[in-house]
This record gives sequence, C-alpha cells and structure tokens, in this order.
Amino acid sequence: MGSDVWVIADHAGGSPRRITLELLGKGRELADARGGRLVAVALGHPLDGLPRTLGEYGADAVLSVEHPHLRSYSTEAYTEVLSGIVRQRAPWLVMVPSTAWGRDCAPRLAARVGAGVVTDVEALWVQDGRLQARRPMYTRKVMGTVEYVGDGPHLAVVLPKVFAPAERREGRTADVEVVAVQVPEPRTRLVETRSLQRERVSLTEAEVVVSGGRGLRGPENFALLDALAAELGAAVGSSRPPVDSGWVPHDYEIGQTGKTVSPTVYIAVGISGAPQHLAGMSGSKYIVAINKDPNAPIFQVASLGVVGDLFQIVPKLTEEVRRLKAQG
Amino acid sequence: MDVVVCVKQVPDTEQPIRVRPDGGGVEEQGLNWILNYYDEHAVEEALRVREKHGGTVTVVCVGPARATEALRTALAMGADEAVHVQDPALDGADHLGVARVLAETIRQLRYDLVLCGRLATDDNASVVGPALAEYLGLPQATAISRLDISDGVAAVEREVEGGVEVLQVPLPAVFTVERTINEPRYPTLPGIMKAKRKEIRTLGLRDLGLEPGQVGAEAARVRYSRFDPPPRREAGRVVTPDSPEEGARLIAQFLQETAKVL
Amino acid sequence: MDFALSEEHRLVQQTARDFATREILPVASRLDAEHRFPAEIVRGLAELGLMGVMVPEEYGGAGMDNVAYVLAMEEVARACASTAAILSVNNSLVCDPILRYGTEPQKRRYLPVLASGREIGCYCLTEPQAGSDAASLQTTGRLDGDSWVLNGTKVFVTNAREAWVFIVYARTEPEPGARGISAFIVERDHPGISVGKVERKMGLLASSTCEVLLQDCRVPRDNLLGAPGEGFKVALSTLDGGRIGIAAQAVGIARAALEESVAYARERRQFGRPIAEFQAIQWKIADMATRIDAARLLTLRAAWLRDQGKRCTAEASMAKLFASETAMFAAHQGVQIFGGYGYIKDYPVERYFRDAKITEIYEGTSEIQRLVIARNLLA
Repeated sequence: MGSDVWVIADHAGGSPRRITLELLGKGRELADARGGRLVAVALGHPLDGLPRTLGEYGADAVLSVEHPHLRSYSTEAYTEVLSGIVRQRAPWLVMVPSTAWGRDCAPRLAARVGAGVVTDVEALWVQDGRLQARRPMYTRKVMGTVEYVGDGPHLAVVLPKVFAPAERREGRTADVEVVAVQVPEPRTRLVETRSLQRERVSLTEAEVVVSGGRGLRGPENFALLDALAAELGAAVGSSRPPVDSGWVPHDYEIGQTGKTVSPTVYIAVGISGAPQHLAGMSGSKYIVAINKDPNAPIFQVASLGVVGDLFQIVPKLTEEVRRLKAQG
Repeated sequence: MDVVVCVKQVPDTEQPIRVRPDGGGVEEQGLNWILNYYDEHAVEEALRVREKHGGTVTVVCVGPARATEALRTALAMGADEAVHVQDPALDGADHLGVARVLAETIRQLRYDLVLCGRLATDDNASVVGPALAEYLGLPQATAISRLDISDGVAAVEREVEGGVEVLQVPLPAVFTVERTINEPRYPTLPGIMKAKRKEIRTLGLRDLGLEPGQVGAEAARVRYSRFDPPPRREAGRVVTPDSPEEGARLIAQFLQETAKVL
Repeated sequence: MDFALSEEHRLVQQTARDFATREILPVASRLDAEHRFPAEIVRGLAELGLMGVMVPEEYGGAGMDNVAYVLAMEEVARACASTAAILSVNNSLVCDPILRYGTEPQKRRYLPVLASGREIGCYCLTEPQAGSDAASLQTTGRLDGDSWVLNGTKVFVTNAREAWVFIVYARTEPEPGARGISAFIVERDHPGISVGKVERKMGLLASSTCEVLLQDCRVPRDNLLGAPGEGFKVALSTLDGGRIGIAAQAVGIARAALEESVAYARERRQFGRPIAEFQAIQWKIADMATRIDAARLLTLRAAWLRDQGKRCTAEASMAKLFASETAMFAAHQGVQIFGGYGYIKDYPVERYFRDAKITEIYEGTSEIQRLVIARNLLA
C-alpha cells in the first residue's frame, strides 16, 4: 500500500483557499512521518497557476486535472475523477477540506473506493503505526477518537482552522503531473450559484456572534452591535433581558430558553453571564467579554475579558476591525 | 411519488451527555432517545412531497430494538410504512456498512426519491447519505434547504460557502436535508394512536442477502477507540485597559491572532 | 411489575415535551408578566389532541388514557403552569364529566368542539360561602317549562373569561347538603350567564380566574348533566380525575424548579467553585429529586388505576397531596438555591414559587386531601 498523503485542493480564481494551506501544513507532517510524499490534487478548469502555487506551499507533487466538466463542483464528476486516480495510485491518506463540496464528495468517494472515512476531523496522528483521528460528536459534548483500519487509502474530511497553514516559499517547486481524464457529462445540472445576500447571518451557523445584554440599556444601542457585526460578518444575538424588555425580537435570545450557539468567537457585550445565558454559548471556541463590572461572572468563562465602558469600546473596536481588514 | 426516508434514533443532546469513565462510550443510562432532528425534517419534507404529488412515504431505520420508537414517531407524523433493519451482526458496523444495508433495504422498496437528514446529532458524521447514493447508483445533493419537484426532476438549493447553489437533479435521487428546509409537524395524539396500529416490518441481514462480513464490524474501515469529554476551557485573562482605544485594540488583536476570524 | 412506559405513552410524552420546550417555554415568562391568555398555544395543544386526551376518537378526541394525560400535563406544566391549568380544566373538569355522565346528544354537541379546542370549558362548583364544603352550595336550579332556571354566584372559575361551556352545579332539590345538587351544561350564549370580576392573583397569571354570575339563567331542560340530584356524585368523580391532573401539574412545576436549580448550581460560582460542589446545595437537589420521583410515581399509579376503571379516590388524593406539597417544596428550595436571583423576575424560579402554591389549594386543599385519605382508612 502507498504511503503518500494527498490534499484535495479547495481553490478559487487560481489560488488555494486558506483551508488548503492548513491541509498542506498538516499533510507535510504526516507524509514525513509516514515516509511518503505530500501530493496536492487540483481539479478545475482552468487551473492557471494553482499547481505551481501548491508547490510553493510545500507539495512534493501536484496532480493537475483540468476538464470543462470540472469547472464547478459536481458530485459525479469529482467522484469519478478522484476515485479513478485514488484507485490507480493508492495513496495512504486523502485529506479533503470540510467545505460544502468536500462533505458532499468524500463519503461517496469513500464508498466507491472502499476507504474508511472520518468527517469533522480536528486532529490526525499516527499511533502504533495506525492513523488516528479526533472529532467532535454529540454537538461537541464528546470528542471521539477514531482509528482507521487497514493500510488505506484513508479519507479524512478536515475542519477549517484546526491546523496551522503551510508557509509559502517562493521558488519551491513540485513535480506537476497533468492527468488526462474522461469525465462524463454529469446528470445533475448546476443552474446557478446565487451569492447570499448579507441579510442577517444565522445565529446558529455564524462563525462570530456579537451578543448584547442588559448593559446596552435600550434597543437603540443594538445599532452599535449591528455595526460591529457587519464588519465581522457576524450574527447578532442577545441574552434574555433585552428580549424580555422588548428591545430585540425573541429569535435573538441565546441561552437556556433561547438558542444554543457554538461559534468560533462569541463576543458578549454588557452581558453579566447568568448561568441560563452561559448554557447557550459556553460551547463557543473563544469568548470575548466587555463589561463594566469586573466581578461579572462572564469573565470567569471569557478567553479575553475587557473591563470597561461598552459604549466607548465597541465603536472603537468596529473601527479597529475595519482598519485591520483594510490592511488585508 | 414514492419517497423513502432514512432515519436514525439518537440520544437527545439537549440533555447532558456523559462519557463513561472507561472512555468506551457514552453513559446510556437515563438517555432520552429521540428521532434525529434532521431526520424529522426529512420526514416532514417527504410528507409534503406526498401531499403535493401523491404516493407513499416509507421510513427505514437501521438500529437496535429500541429504534422502533423512532420509526413509530415518523409513522405518527404521517408516514405510511416503516422498515426496521436490526441484526446483532451490525454492532460495530461503520457508516459505509450502514449505508450498504440501507441501500439493500431500499432496493426492495418502491422509490422515486430518497431523503436523509444532513447529519445525525449523535455522531455528526454526514456520511451515510452520500454513501447510500453511491451504493444505489443515484445522483445526490447534500444539505439541501429547498426541494421542488416537477416532471421527474428535482430543483434543489443547497447552501455553499458564501452562496446558494441551485441544482437540477433527475429523479430518482438521494438528498440529505438541512434543518432550514421546513418546520416539521409534531406527531399528534391521534397520529400516535394510528401509528400504534401500523405494522413495522423487521428485517435481518439475511433477508437482505447480506453477510455480516460484508457490512458488520469485520468490514468496518474505521472504528471508534475512545471517547473523551471536551477539553475544559482554559481560564482566560481579564484586563482593565487604560483607554477604550487600548481595549478595542486588544480585542481586535485577539480576533486576528488567536481566534483568526479576521 | 414493569415501570417502563409503553411506546405510545413515550411518544405522547416526547411530543408534549417537544411542543412545550419549543412553543411554550420561550414565552412562558412573558405570558406571566403580561397576564395574557395563551390563545395560540391552546390552539397548538388542540391540534396535537391535548385538549381532549381521553375523549374517544368518535367524538373528535385523541382516544387515549389518563396515563397519557398526566404525562402530557407534566411536560406542559414544566414549561408553563398557567397553560397546564387551562389544559387540566378542559380535560378533567369539562370533557371528563360530559363523557362519563353526558347523554349521547350532549356528547355529540360538546365533545368535538372542546376536544378540537374551538371552544374551551370551565367548571363552576365553588361559591363564596362554599369552598372546601362544596355540598353547602347555594346556587339554585328550578324547572320552568322546558328550561332550567339557575340563580347564584360562582367564584374562582378557571378559564371562565374564555370559556363557552360551563359545567355548573346547583341545588335542584330542597334537601340540604350533597343530595339536592344537580349538574348542568351551560353555554355562554344562554341568557342570564355572565362572567363577573376577573381575580387578580398570586400565580397562574396567564389563565383567568373569574366570578360567574347566574341571574335567571335559562338552559334547556336537556342540559342537565347526569340524573337530577346526582350532581354531587358527578362532582366527586370528576374531581378524582381532576386531582390526578393537578398532581401532574405539580410534578411539572417541581421538575422545572429542579432543572433550573441544577443548571444554576453547576454554573454559579461562589468561594471559587460552582455552588453544586457544596453539600448544602447537593442535599437540596437530592431531596427535590427524590420527592419529585415519588410524586410522579404516585400520580402515574392513580392515573393507571383510573384507566383500569378502578376506584382511585384515595390514591388520587395522595398523589395530589404529595405532588402539590412537593411542588411547593421544590419551588421554595429553588428560590433558595438561586439566592437573590431567585427573588427577581429575570429568573423563572419565582414564578414557580407563585404557581406552585395554588396546587395545594384548588381542587381540594391539602387539608381536604388528608381528610379524604383518612376517611378511606378509618371509615
């Protein structure tokens, strides 16, 4: 069986997306441990400079597959192409980004080639010669460790932002192999891709949630949070008092009697941190709290707590975020 | 339009889920077993398809004896028939094994459309739906938030990064549904009484022409070796900045460097 | 012996739990604060079949039993005791006597509208001077041609403001005490019935508690419920079922107090650790949980007995007595665990405290329950 580690690239406009770099970063480590090559696999049409860029991020080899039917993602075309080359070349591990297309394709690919597949992967390591993966389960109340059986190929659908991205080094090159494939016309037709209007970002799905509490003093002050959220692409929520006081609609409420959220960052503004509220957001990866009261219980769960006047800090923070974004 | 819905029984994750001290699984004592939320939406969507286009709704479940109740819930919501595959040989089966069993079960049924929930709230895997589509040799769309059917073609929408894809998929096909697709109805008490009178067909691997070695633990290509509680949140730092500007800067820096959301 | 619920009972429990959690719980504190009758929720409960749980399917009900009823009551009461009170009156005190004592035309006329939630009912027994001593009621009924003419004043009538069907007890025979009483079904449209003062009360703020005035109220002769002079029997047998429902309501309130307390104790930190780590809190939680379990078992047993068609007067009283005192105990402990936060309206435990108290009073005070239980043993 093979010992190569493959990374299926997620890309746009000829550039790899961040998750691809994260997979290359982790893939490098695993390939070295296994004594195999790190191979990036690029599907698309056209790929432009992507293969070369993937080399600069540390891929030893790049499989470049260009075909008009690969212009946009289709389950059938991707599964067909990937299963063909996986069967032919037998990698040890195939890392797939946990994107909408990655989650759609990987299980089907696994079924077609008879590979073990693990989704939502947050950690990958080798122990006693066997590949192990860790993943959240039961809405993150449990972490499960999964062991892959056999020698591969193994499929791992990896969550974003769990691995450090590979560094780019100009001049580093990969062996780029252009793979010619036959791709049948997919039965499924992509009619259009509508970009999402920036309406309100859904609370339960948002990566960042900005949430206000009693400290906001009135409905008009939620505009401060809206402005910050707009910069962050965040959803706006609240603890219970603003809902009870009629400042915001009921669907804002986060907590025991409202929604449960687990974003990457939860920014609690003027929220004291009652247990009923904590019950709805303590699964967040990072909690940032802004509160006047240094003894507010929210600070006990905060990754970063800032004691101060929210009416002064929040507008400054909005500006600062805008400035950092402008810098890229 | 005959619709098959694949359902799973899961513990209610709104209640505490505790890992057993030996790390071999979660404490099952006292768990409240329910029909997976996402599957509730799949059942609802199937019922709506039936209301619009006629036909039948059949629910299929692979699981232990207790899982009958999840099927009964779907029947109480209004599904017509239920098939329960249970076999001790399926202990330790992985998702591909389960998908294979579902595929063989569905082959014995009449179907124009197969619906699954996008994921099950116990293992959160999202593997069975697409794998099932592969074994049945059908087109698929995952995590759909809208389904319209006309002339044997389904128009579906699925959320992708930054947008919504609109796909046209010829039927029969397999779709996994997102929770935004609909608002499921509650099983009513008269519905529960009606469901009680319906028979749930129980099948074993042999009835499906499958061998334990093909789909059971032996065939599993992944296996859970350990379960742990999530790591406890590390105590953070609380700062009292000298100025609002400094506070804002600290937070922005945290968002960029630690949380990496900028 | 088998303590497991049947599959359909578990499904009823789950559907009631889901509905209560998703539809009732999020608005319960606001209903309480605004003293607002939850009309939309009642409609939802009716769609589920919960407004006529034990009404047979042929009369538009769910055709289920007392066990299903108490399971659903507990779930609804866990979310909102006021809504549970509305449910309890319609099921136990209105549908039940019509089902047991009504004539076929009465069942056909009233049960479908009540079970479907199109209209709700209320129960008029208590009078200003006749509370625990219900047999001393003074409302009169006399036959006049083809009508009964009712005169008197009823008090503490739950649901009266919203009700269309009134079960009214009146004295139709000259004898004093229990013997001369008859039961009637009065419609809101019958001349001479009106709803008087709506009481301002401590708890159950989302349900109405009213005075009902009968001034030469004329109801058709056929609206007598049961035989003439049989009214007190109707009242007592109705209360057996009613008390089981109140017991379930009390268990629901107690459970809400326990669940909130457990969540709070885990999160609230004092002296550098969660208060759940203090034995003082642990013992409170343990006592609450133990009493709640005992109360639930008593309640389910009483419901099961009634489903078997067995006499359950003492068992219903025991369930109601113990469960209501457990609700009060649990709410009291809950407020104590929450400390200062328990006393303010941002947290629901003060509502449980206010709501729990009535369960020790209505449909027979704790004292009356003890009297019933003792009489069963000593008579």
